[in-house]
Amino acid sequence: MAKFLALAEYEKPMAAGGYRPLPYRFMPLSGDRYVLTNLVGEFVITERQSLRVFADGQLSYQDELYSELKSKHFLIDGDSDVALDLLAIKVRTKLSPLANFTGLHIFVVTLRCEHSCPYCQVSRANDDRREFDMTRETALRSLDLVFRSPSPAIKIEFQGGESLLNLDLVEFIIEEAKRRNEHEQRDLAFVLATNLAVLDDRVLALAARHQVLISTSLDGPADLHNKNRPRPGGDSHARAIAGIHRARMALGRDQVGALMTTTAASLSRVRDIIDEYITQDFDGIFLRPLSPYGFAVKTKSYAAYNETKWLDFYFEGLDYIIDLNLGGFPFVEHYAAMILQKMLTPFQPGYVDLMSPAGIGIGAVVYNYDGDVYASDEARMLAEMGDTRFRIGNVHANTYEEIFLGDALLDPLEQSFAASVPMCSWCAFEPWCGSDPVFHHATQGDFVGKKPLSAFCGRNMMIFKGLLQRLNDRPQVREVFERWANIR
Amino acid sequence: MITLGSRKIDFAAGQEIDPRAIVRVSTDYHRPLPLRAREAFLVRGDDAPAGFASYLVLPNGRCPDNVAAQRRVHLPPEFEYLDDGDVVRLVPERGEIRTLYRRSSPHNSFLLTERCNNYCLMCSQPPRDVNDGWIVDEILATIPLIDPDTGEIGFTGGEPTLLGGRFFELVQACKSYLPRTALHILTNGRTFSDDAFARTLGSLQHHDLMLGIPIYADLPHVHDYIVQADGAFDETIRGILNLKRHGVRVEVRVVLHKQTVTRLPALAAFLARNLLFVDHVALMGLEMMGFTRANLDALWIDPDDYRSELTEAIGILDRARMRVSLYNAQLCLTDQRIWRFAKRSISDWKQEYMPECEGCIMKGDCGGFFASAKHRYSDRISPIAA
Repeated sequence: MAKFLALAEYEKPMAAGGYRPLPYRFMPLSGDRYVLTNLVGEFVITERQSLRVFADGQLSYQDELYSELKSKHFLIDGDSDVALDLLAIKVRTKLSPLANFTGLHIFVVTLRCEHSCPYCQVSRANDDRREFDMTRETALRSLDLVFRSPSPAIKIEFQGGESLLNLDLVEFIIEEAKRRNEHEQRDLAFVLATNLAVLDDRVLALAARHQVLISTSLDGPADLHNKNRPRPGGDSHARAIAGIHRARMALGRDQVGALMTTTAASLSRVRDIIDEYITQDFDGIFLRPLSPYGFAVKTKSYAAYNETKWLDFYFEGLDYIIDLNLGGFPFVEHYAAMILQKMLTPFQPGYVDLMSPAGIGIGAVVYNYDGDVYASDEARMLAEMGDTRFRIGNVHANTYEEIFLGDALLDPLEQSFAASVPMCSWCAFEPWCGSDPVFHHATQGDFVGKKPLSAFCGRNMMIFKGLLQRLNDRPQVREVFERWANIR
Repeated sequence: MITLGSRKIDFAAGQEIDPRAIVRVSTDYHRPLPLRAREAFLVRGDDAPAGFASYLVLPNGRCPDNVAAQRRVHLPPEFEYLDDGDVVRLVPERGEIRTLYRRSSPHNSFLLTERCNNYCLMCSQPPRDVNDGWIVDEILATIPLIDPDTGEIGFTGGEPTLLGGRFFELVQACKSYLPRTALHILTNGRTFSDDAFARTLGSLQHHDLMLGIPIYADLPHVHDYIVQADGAFDETIRGILNLKRHGVRVEVRVVLHKQTVTRLPALAAFLARNLLFVDHVALMGLEMMGFTRANLDALWIDPDDYRSELTEAIGILDRARMRVSLYNAQLCLTDQRIWRFAKRSISDWKQEYMPECEGCIMKGDCGGFFASAKHRYSDRISPIAA
């Protein structure tokens, strides 16, 4: 029998020479601990001294850390260089959604609404005037642009105001889009954002006929929800719950989603809010920060609480949800889930706020009721405040090329690209973060912003650290997080 | 355990059987005459129809007098399992019979060559550098005789791709003659680091092909040590990337032993992050065959001692939504939360249970043991009670 060689024989190429670090960045966590991230967001947590030894090129191949860094593509050595091939594929996988270009197309079919929520960014009081409704001509021109997108998957989302108040146009757009799609053959889907207060059988029949997803608002238990979302009769919550049940019955349980908005009144109520989502049989919740746009700023809602308070609210909720999972009840916090997808998988979630290059225009685009095209939902909210910096064109006045290849879109995309932005470019969290030029323009007046002053940066840094700490400290939490990360 | 081959068969003098006959076995008294001329009739009772090329006579069988002695082959009792539709090779000059295909078995596998460019510590089929090109001709002759309703057949080695162009000939034959049969090929994948080789396989467009390729560690040098070939890891990984690029399905196979279990969770994380697109991951208990026995000290670890690593690794793969199976594992040595991944996969002809299994209520679901496990198995086997 031939002789077998010992393991040491195969270690010789490593023993002989040093290693070459692949691109990586690091950041202190609590105490002596540091996190290192590589080009695609894989990470290693270690002590300061070990990081120093690695950075100095002095780490021994026999060190456990060496194996971990090599396995996760932080270094290559004389033994193997296939890491470069794998890393290249992972970079390509992360960036591949960019090639599809715009997938989400938001139609603001009316600004009219029968609610009068103080935090609302965009709505107009309900009246009979149709000047805030989108016309058929505008819808048709917008659809021309929708189908110019090369994306194989097209999602058309109807927003308002209250989108159901212009149901005729919703139906017109759906039927026209489907007619065009017979030739286009895209993976076409529809989402109807509605408060469900004026839901009727005609809406449900339309939604059932075209597999329309329903996305509604649920801010928490009745008292909180009704306080946040006033309407004549003060029955917003009752109508939303009744609507959710009717819609599920007609369309299917998983065809109905809900989003919550955080207000000052919400801050002490995170468990109540989560319990309400459990009561209403949702599989998870998206604990959202309030955005600095629209009436939210005018009414001081945004200033009513600072980032620290929101973070306390967020982590109290997150830990409550983690405990539910550890107790055997699966429930997801969706903001964490999107970040964990970046941390723990090869994929990149299509959430506009956490994309770099930014998702504005190329991830999602908004066709406003009046034909103006905005680079994102937040961009049209900003416009309602008088800042039209992200108005990238008008469906009647501009061509597809003028809108999507014009400076109004390309400038903020290029300037805000996190990998080349001061402080982001050397931040270990850059692979998990986004660039959000709309937020930074709104709060600091330029697309990049000074990151130490950025609430976006501050909030996300704390969330990255908070997730890392929970993931690292308890193996059971890591299992929960791995499940969340792989919801696709 | 059943016996697939014997070289102690008593062929009558003055044989009329082809010197190296590959024949389909029949039990059909009404077989059309033109087919009888190239098939073997299996004699179990006391008569047999005329006209078959040969007659395989089982212990209780009695050949009618009109069958020439030169066409008779008397088989020992261990070949009682033979049945209609099976395919055997008869080599009178060596006194040999070998069962090549059993229609009733889900585990029909063909060794394509004994040559290999790896030299794995735990190889169950130690490679030999021999000129065995004749095997390909034999398999090409066998494939058309296989029942086209067979669910799956396997190719193994040695390293099948060392056949070069003839490897593609065999895959093409399976595609052409067995259009409803899945083909599973065990390969170390290294040859596919040549993109053209992978592209050629992809271009054959076999209807149901899976390549089982081993990755034994997330660290290249550990994998290279286990397969005793420097640079093998890089070639295998590049091979898998090329195969998937050309639309060929790939199953990653990991044999569980002392050299692989320590970093098993790290390997699982590596697969989930880098090779998420492979179609299946199979984690497999060690078979006590071939080189394993020579390297037992370096390889043996009681499965009870790698329970937690195994559970963690399967969890990582499963949560990443990869398809995972656990082969050759005994349920009493495995955490119950991963029982749903355990498959009874040991080929029926070599699967057994131990005396300690007596009275276990899970026996029917348990993978059991390779027949070879008698050389070494866990001393912590215990029957699971109700």
